[in-house]
Amino acid sequence: MNITRRQALVLSAGAAAFAVAGLNSTPSFASAEDTEKAIMAISGGKMPETGKVTLTAPEIAENGNTVPISVSVDSAMTEGDLVESVSIFAEGNPNPDVVTFNFTALSGAASATTRMRLAKTQNVIAVAKMADGSTYMDKKEVKVTIGGCGG
Amino acid sequence: MFSRREFLQFGAVAGLATSMSSGFTGNMTRALAQQKLTQDDLLKFDSKGQITLLHFTDVHAQLKPIYFRPPDTNIGVGAFEGIPPHLVGKEFLSHFGLQEGSPLAYAHTMDDYLNLAKTYGKLGGLDRTSTLVKSIRADRGDDKVLFLDGGDTWQGSYTSLKTNGQDMVDCMKLLKPDAMVGHWEFTFGAERVQEIIDDMGYAFLASNIVDTSWEEPVFESTAMFERGGVKVAVIGQAMPYTPIANPQWMFPEWSFGIRPEKLQENVDKARADGAEVVVLLSHDGFDVDQKLATVVSGIDVILTGHTHDSIPKVLEIDNTLVLSSGSHGKYLGRVDLEVSGGKVTGFSSGMIPVFSDVISPDPEMAAKIDEVRAPYEAECNRVIGRTEQMLYRRGNFNGTWDDVICQGLIEERDAEISLSPGFRWGTTVLPGQDITIDDLYNQTSMNYPNAYRLEFTGQQLKDILEDVCDNLFNKDPFYQQGGDMVRVGGMSYTCAPKEEIGNRISEMKMISTGEAIDASKSYVVAGWASVNEDVEGPPIYDLMEKYITEKKVIDLPQNETVRVIGY
Repeated sequence: MNITRRQALVLSAGAAAFAVAGLNSTPSFASAEDTEKAIMAISGGKMPETGKVTLTAPEIAENGNTVPISVSVDSAMTEGDLVESVSIFAEGNPNPDVVTFNFTALSGAASATTRMRLAKTQNVIAVAKMADGSTYMDKKEVKVTIGGCGG
Repeated sequence: MFSRREFLQFGAVAGLATSMSSGFTGNMTRALAQQKLTQDDLLKFDSKGQITLLHFTDVHAQLKPIYFRPPDTNIGVGAFEGIPPHLVGKEFLSHFGLQEGSPLAYAHTMDDYLNLAKTYGKLGGLDRTSTLVKSIRADRGDDKVLFLDGGDTWQGSYTSLKTNGQDMVDCMKLLKPDAMVGHWEFTFGAERVQEIIDDMGYAFLASNIVDTSWEEPVFESTAMFERGGVKVAVIGQAMPYTPIANPQWMFPEWSFGIRPEKLQENVDKARADGAEVVVLLSHDGFDVDQKLATVVSGIDVILTGHTHDSIPKVLEIDNTLVLSSGSHGKYLGRVDLEVSGGKVTGFSSGMIPVFSDVISPDPEMAAKIDEVRAPYEAECNRVIGRTEQMLYRRGNFNGTWDDVICQGLIEERDAEISLSPGFRWGTTVLPGQDITIDDLYNQTSMNYPNAYRLEFTGQQLKDILEDVCDNLFNKDPFYQQGGDMVRVGGMSYTCAPKEEIGNRISEMKMISTGEAIDASKSYVVAGWASVNEDVEGPPIYDLMEKYITEKKVIDLPQNETVRVIGY
């Protein structure tokens, strides 16, 4: 059986009505500054430009334990317009560095999909590094909610 | 479009009705008002072009005419402050140029609701809607009309609960919709949803539902039609936050979301396939779709639902017409489109209020409604109590029906604090009326009804209130879930809607003692409609039947639970 985050939380809380996120048991979370440092390490010290890279993520996560995200970079993937890598950061996770996808001209297209765990509501950031050293980024806030009362 | 003349015509009726009301009995006034308002008046429309779209949404299983008091509080934030649908009462009337006391004022606002309810009677009833749909189809020609069901159709009454939605499915079939979308439908469970779709004979659309394993589409996204010689694509959107607002365990393989990029793909594909008109049949909610109209290009019309807002005519947002057709069967929305050279070149729109005493019931539908209700009719009409006050649900922070439920939860489950979800469905009972089983289930009919009793710390309570509040007042509508604020019993608080999450809720206090809620202290909390599986407790409808039966007469003091500041 597939135990979702909500169910797991319920089990631990002895059937809490709302799946209450473990706000009191948080390990040491990364800060936005840690993420910025990591991004600067890729970009060589200057803030990446916006555009070219698109990060797709849900506005509100259905399950914070496994949040589907996709990245794609608008690139011909040929010499002169080649994506070298795309790195994903989760600003509010204990370790903000989630994954780096490396590409070559043989990749054909610079796009990738994965799932990640998000400990709480936070910004997810994608940074694309081009072969010429230029960098681009996209950012999206993903909300990890306690429980809905919508109707 | 409702012309000025038509508004005035409705208004003139009202003027007469209200001026008479001082000197005559309610019945006289009502008879007079109804004599003046006719079915033909309601059907009058500036017909246009080749296509008529009829939009019916969020009926919440109300087969019979009902009272439904519109909200007195509907706060908009950010770019949506002070614009439809965030206008109530007299502000709504003046925005749309409606006269106080007119039939349209009664249909769309809570202004003088009780008097006007007595004057104009109930709205809705699927047999009345059927009369309207049939007349319009006859007048325009079947080949010009698309009838679209915006969802939240199968859930919300005693009979829908007992028949697993079959009563609604059987009745809706007679209306022959061309397509529908869903939200509460999913709370019948994935298997039942598939079973109904296989049987119902029209499209169930969802551009925004994919399976959790492969992110592949679960349902058709688009249905193509030819109407009036024009190729029309209808794309569907299910309620984007169904797995968050409702129990995900009931449809564990399905993932939702707004997915604007997917929608854009489907719009582009529809155009590539030759669609001259693209219609989005949506259960996103009004604000979400107002934003969607600006970020997705190529949609001609959005017919929106979920948030239960009604407006008398379309809004024009960028190049998209947006119509929101209310709820509970109170209205039938209509948009006529004139198309030439593959483009919409003209339109007219309107919202027909379904005045049940004015529109003659369609005999075929009336007979079907009687048939599906027959096994339950006696139970539905069983009286369990009476109310001295008006019982309604809608409003951002509270409604009197939820006041009763919150009090019932505290007394029946021996709790200090109670929580009742901010649902927007549920009909209205007028002062002095009996409360029947129908009335009770119109507030509580659902497949996850158990009323829990748990301990929450003050901090957890604060986190819950903040979280739900952000679902309602996040400045970006894509983060809004479309319900109202969770209703609270036993505790008061202050809310600042324009603040950010974490800073909206303050001054949480126990009402009984005036004592501040302590973040680290535990409180006994009762509530219902938890999204978790295996919740223990009696079903809310049983609990509330016991409570109302014991009370005999409902007459609660004015609710002073929530103080709203800074808006």
